[in-house]
Amino acid sequence: MPTETNTVLLRREVIVRLIKGFLSDSFRKRADDLPFDMRPKYAEVPFRCCIHKERAILRERAIAVLGASVEQDDDKTPLGEYAQKSLDRKAPDQTVLTVVETACQGCTPNRIYVTDLCQGCVARPCTSACAFGAVSIKNGRSVIDGSKCKGCTKCMQVCPYGAIVKIKVPCEDACPVGAIAKNEKGHAQIDFSRCLSCGACVARCPFGAVAEKSQIIDILKALQSDKKVVALLAPAAAGQMPVGLGRIASGLIKAGFDAVLEVAQGADITAKTEAKDFQERMERGDSFMTTSCCAAYRELVKKSVPELRPYVSDTATPMHYTAQLAKRKYPDCVTVFVGPCVAKRMEGLQDGYIDYVMNFEEMGALFVALSIELSACEEYVFETPSSKQGRNFAVTGGVAESIRVAGSTGVSDFRPVCVDGLNAKVIREMTLWAKKKATVPGNIIEVMACTGGCVSGAGCLNNQKAAAKKVTAYAEQGAELTPDPANGELEKK
Amino acid sequence: MESQEKIKIRVCQGTTCFVMGASRLEGLETQIPPQWRQKVEISAQPCLGMCQKAGFMKAPFVRIGDEIIGSATVDSVLEKLSGIFK
Repeated sequence: MPTETNTVLLRREVIVRLIKGFLSDSFRKRADDLPFDMRPKYAEVPFRCCIHKERAILRERAIAVLGASVEQDDDKTPLGEYAQKSLDRKAPDQTVLTVVETACQGCTPNRIYVTDLCQGCVARPCTSACAFGAVSIKNGRSVIDGSKCKGCTKCMQVCPYGAIVKIKVPCEDACPVGAIAKNEKGHAQIDFSRCLSCGACVARCPFGAVAEKSQIIDILKALQSDKKVVALLAPAAAGQMPVGLGRIASGLIKAGFDAVLEVAQGADITAKTEAKDFQERMERGDSFMTTSCCAAYRELVKKSVPELRPYVSDTATPMHYTAQLAKRKYPDCVTVFVGPCVAKRMEGLQDGYIDYVMNFEEMGALFVALSIELSACEEYVFETPSSKQGRNFAVTGGVAESIRVAGSTGVSDFRPVCVDGLNAKVIREMTLWAKKKATVPGNIIEVMACTGGCVSGAGCLNNQKAAAKKVTAYAEQGAELTPDPANGELEKK
Repeated sequence: MESQEKIKIRVCQGTTCFVMGASRLEGLETQIPPQWRQKVEISAQPCLGMCQKAGFMKAPFVRIGDEIIGSATVDSVLEKLSGIFK
C-alpha cells in the first residue's frame, strides 16, 4: 500500500477513538460525538468544502469501523445506535468492504483526454493513429470524440508533445476484475458477486472512499469475555513496526490476548503439504499447479475463472492450519487472525476455525488506544519456532521457494513463476494457460494478488519496501525448513 | 566546536507516533536542503512520551532543538527549520 496518506491517518484516528469509546463507560455517546470531537466548532477544515461534509464523512468512516455497511445507512441513524448494534451482534457481516459514499468524489469516467499542451501540429499523428476515427481537429487542436474512442491509447503514444493523457478512476483502474464502478447516484459501487476483496481499491482511492468493515468491536468483546483469545500473527507482521515480531506479540498479550501463534508455523505446514501435492500432480502429468494461499486469488478462481480450479493446489492456507493448531491447543478459544489482507477477512468468514480478522492498522490502533509502547515490551517467545521459508511467505517469491525447499527430495523439474499482482492482463493470460491455449512459462505458479506480496496488503501499517526488508531479515534468523511432511493429520478444510 | 552547534532533530519512533504517521518522516534526511545539512543532526528516538501528554491525535512528534512539534510532516519540520535559520 502507499505510504501513509491523510486518508489512512484519518481512518486510524477513527479506529483509535472508537476503541477508546468502547473501553469507556459511555460508548454510545462517544460514538455519537466522534465527528464533532474530530472536527469541533470553528475547527480548521483541512480537506473538504466545509466542516459539515468532513463530519458527515467521518460519521460514515465510523460506521465502517463499527462493522456496518454505509450502503445501508439512512443518514439519520445516530452513530451511538451503530455502536449499540456492534455490541449486540453475534457475528460479523458477510461482506467485508463498503463504500464511504459521502467521501467518494464520483471521479470523471476513465477516458483519453487531449490537454492544453496540444500544439495543433501539422503532422497530426493522433488523427492517423486512431483506428476508430475518434480524433479530429477543432479550432486548430485535437479533440477526442468519447462515443468513438475505445481507449486504446494509440494517440497518446504517438503525440510528440505528450499532450494526450489517460484520466483514470483510481478504484476502477485498480480493480483486477471490474467489480467497482460508478452507479447512477454518482458514487462508486461494489459488485460483490465479482469482488475478490483484494483491497486494491481501498489502497488506491485517494479520497479513502472504500473501507473495510471492521470486526474490532467483536474482538474487543471477545477480549473482555471469559474465553481464551488467541492471536494468529501473519508473517507480514514482522515488518510492520520499528520493533520486531516478538515485541509486537507481547504488545498483543498486554492488550488482552491469551496467546500468540506465528502464522509462519502454519505456512511451514502449507509448504510441506503443497510440495507433496505438487509432486503428485507432476507425476500424474499435470502441466502446472498454482499456489493456494492467497485469499483474493482463491476468490478469483471461484468467482471468475473456474477453468483454473483444477490447477489450484488443494492445500489449505497458513491461516487455516495455524487456527486449527490454536483450536487444538486451546479448545473453545476465540481465534483472531492478525494480518495485512482484506481478502483474509473474507476467508475468515468462510473458515470455521477463524473467528475474527484484524488488520495491522487495527492492531496499531489498539496499541495506541491502550497506550502500549512496544519498545518497552519484552520479547515474546513463540512456543513453536517457524522456519526461514515460512516467515518469507509474505514476500513475493517466498511461497514458491518454500515449496522448492519442502519438496527438495521429490520433483527435480521445478520451474517457478510468480504472478506478482493480479490485474486484468495477467488474469487473461492465466485463463489461457488453464484452457491450454497458451504455453505456461513454468510448472509451479505462485500467485500474489498484491504486487510485492502480503507486505503490500491494504491493511498494512508500514510501507512495502521497509516491511519487506524487515520480514526478510527476520526470516534469515529462522532455521531451514525440513522436508518431512509431518503434519498430515491436519484437516484441509 | 562546530558539531556542538548542530540543531538536533529527534523523530519519535514510539508505537503511537509510528502508527499515526511517523513513517512519513522516513525521507526527512534526504529532503533537508544542502545548505542546512551540516547544521542539523537527525536521529530516531524510541519514545518522547509526548503521546501521553499531548494526546495521540497530535502524533507523530518531532523534537527540534528544545521545541517539540506535533502532527509532524516533512513540510512542517522544514518550515520550522527555515524559521531557525533565517
